[in-house]
Amino acid sequence: MRAAGLLFSAAILVLVALASIAVGAKELSVAQVWHGLFQDTGTYGDVVVGERLSRTLLGLLAGAALGLAGAVLQALTRNPLADPGVLGINAGASAAVVTAITFLNVTSLSGYVWFAFLGAAAVGALVWFLGGSRSATPVRLALAGTAIGAALYGYVQAVMITNGAALGKMRFWTVGSLASATDETIVQVLPFCLAGTVLALLLARPLNAMAMGDDTARALGAHLTRTRALAMLAATVLCGAATAACGPIVFVGLMVPHLVRSFTGPDLRWILPYATVLSPVLLLGSDVIGRIVARPAEVQVGVVTALIGGPVFIYLVRRRRTTQL
Amino acid sequence: MKTTRAPRTTSPGSDGFAAARAPRTARAVRVPGGLSFRVDVRAFTVVVLLVVAALAASVVLIGTGDFPIPAADVLKTLVGQGNRGQDFIIRELRLPRVLVGLLVGACLGLGGALFQSVSRNPLGSPDVLGLSQGASAGALVVIVLFSGGATAVTLGALAGGLVTGLAIYFLAWKQGVHGYRLVLVGIGVNAIVTAVNGYLITKADFVDAARAVVWMTGSLNGRDWTQVWPLLVLFLVLLPVVAGNARGLRMLEMGDDVSYALGVRVERVRLLLMGSAVLLTAAATAAAGPVAFVALTAPQLARRLTRSPGPNLAASTCMGAALLVAADLASQRAFGADQLPVGVVTGVLGGIYLLWLLVVERRKGRV
Repeated sequence: MRAAGLLFSAAILVLVALASIAVGAKELSVAQVWHGLFQDTGTYGDVVVGERLSRTLLGLLAGAALGLAGAVLQALTRNPLADPGVLGINAGASAAVVTAITFLNVTSLSGYVWFAFLGAAAVGALVWFLGGSRSATPVRLALAGTAIGAALYGYVQAVMITNGAALGKMRFWTVGSLASATDETIVQVLPFCLAGTVLALLLARPLNAMAMGDDTARALGAHLTRTRALAMLAATVLCGAATAACGPIVFVGLMVPHLVRSFTGPDLRWILPYATVLSPVLLLGSDVIGRIVARPAEVQVGVVTALIGGPVFIYLVRRRRTTQL
Repeated sequence: MKTTRAPRTTSPGSDGFAAARAPRTARAVRVPGGLSFRVDVRAFTVVVLLVVAALAASVVLIGTGDFPIPAADVLKTLVGQGNRGQDFIIRELRLPRVLVGLLVGACLGLGGALFQSVSRNPLGSPDVLGLSQGASAGALVVIVLFSGGATAVTLGALAGGLVTGLAIYFLAWKQGVHGYRLVLVGIGVNAIVTAVNGYLITKADFVDAARAVVWMTGSLNGRDWTQVWPLLVLFLVLLPVVAGNARGLRMLEMGDDVSYALGVRVERVRLLLMGSAVLLTAAATAAAGPVAFVALTAPQLARRLTRSPGPNLAASTCMGAALLVAADLASQRAFGADQLPVGVVTGVLGGIYLLWLLVVERRKGRV
């Protein structure tokens, strides 16, 4: 049943990916998409397919990374509101990237992706530490993350004011967009996304044990400190890679695990694969919506996910006692 | 008139940690006609000192700029005995700017204190809950979509702040508004509005984008009398509303049930005070942009100075005014006139303070 659901989700993902290639300022028919994908002869349609293909692939990678990171963070913090955006991890990555681009003259993605990791890891650790580590309540963690995010946001603003060139470059990057994707981008973030994904999927079992509480987990043979550290590492690599490639995108990691959980139940061995498959559906779907609503211009995917995710977040807050996962 | 020492009170509320540390210094003052009232000597002293500090900083700030004026001349001019050149510079250019600074600081300090008290969380300030971002969104719509002038931007910010405040209140409403739900709903709204703001900035052409980003940092540059009057009127109108409900707010900190039993109309007080806080914040943001972290830090600093539990409204108000003027002074002295918007200074200082606060509160197991 759950395996069939996973196959079904994969089918949806393929459909959304095709839509992401076909829809945009220039409409393409299914035949044209097919021609561009498999019999590339350099026609106008083929070029468009090529452009959109890299964009779609990046969406797949970033979506899977963000969704997995969200699911891992929710399990790790036992917090239903954990999300790379809400916890300020995206903000940490973007502040680090802005610093690298503006002050250290790092121009290539492969250069500043390391800064993204650094920023993501630093803020992740800080929020975890300040939010009260083990006694952390959802409110505490979310507040610590949001407050640090606000401070970093202010920093990014200050950099953009004092530096006109930075404003020109960064104002598009700081909303979160797939539009600038190239094959090079994909090649550069692919290893990180793969490593993070494998690590996260391997952690499903120990994280499952940890959901039962520290003592039970220890009794079941889980290695608490190691699992926590590895989970944090996986979330950091995934968020950092996604943020470096497309800017801070919020709420994907929040929504998908919740949707998935209502279907699979609390077992992370199912939640994580489902989140990997369905998060790109959300991200690519948002991207397609962003391309349709403001045609021929487009709304950045980060804006669309925030507009969809914000209400979901508020709904989750209203629905039940937020202290429970 | 005689004074008697009031019995030492320990606050039963969630905010009693300051009281537990130091003996309370409240005195009851009895007037012959049978009237008596309580005065917290320490809080009173703090308020007086803060007012003095804010005014002193204002005088120095008025004297600072491309054309420096000694403090003595500033005072002389303010009472109407300066020469004509100084008269023009001070009355037309620098005084209104400083007044806007004082008023914006006071509004943010008071609004922040109200929000933190209602949400019962030291981080529940308008900056974190999305009000500032909401006001910014209103202003950005005017700047980016209509290329509107200063007045239109002000009105846009006011409208944006009010709509955001209403949205947060109603979305957090579920048989009453509770602190944690208010905070979390505010965080959600903040994320949505931040995304909208980012989108609006990418839609703008470069000149509008630069203007919008400066506006969004919070700046006092070029503010004149047209910003002073509306802010002053609003502040003076809302002050009695807040003062009249301050007693209820103090009760609310003991929890809804207790204050209900003590005769406080809980939701009414909360709605009135939150409404006032939203108006204060929106008006301040409309006048100077979303100056970061004043609303967050002023009440916290005030509380640490007065060592008194409860919302500390008067001290927070004065602290906000003093902070903002001092930050503007620091930015002008350190970087030269009109180089760096005041919001950058408050943002950096506030960020550092926030980290310290989180560390300290964590050790106490609060936040």
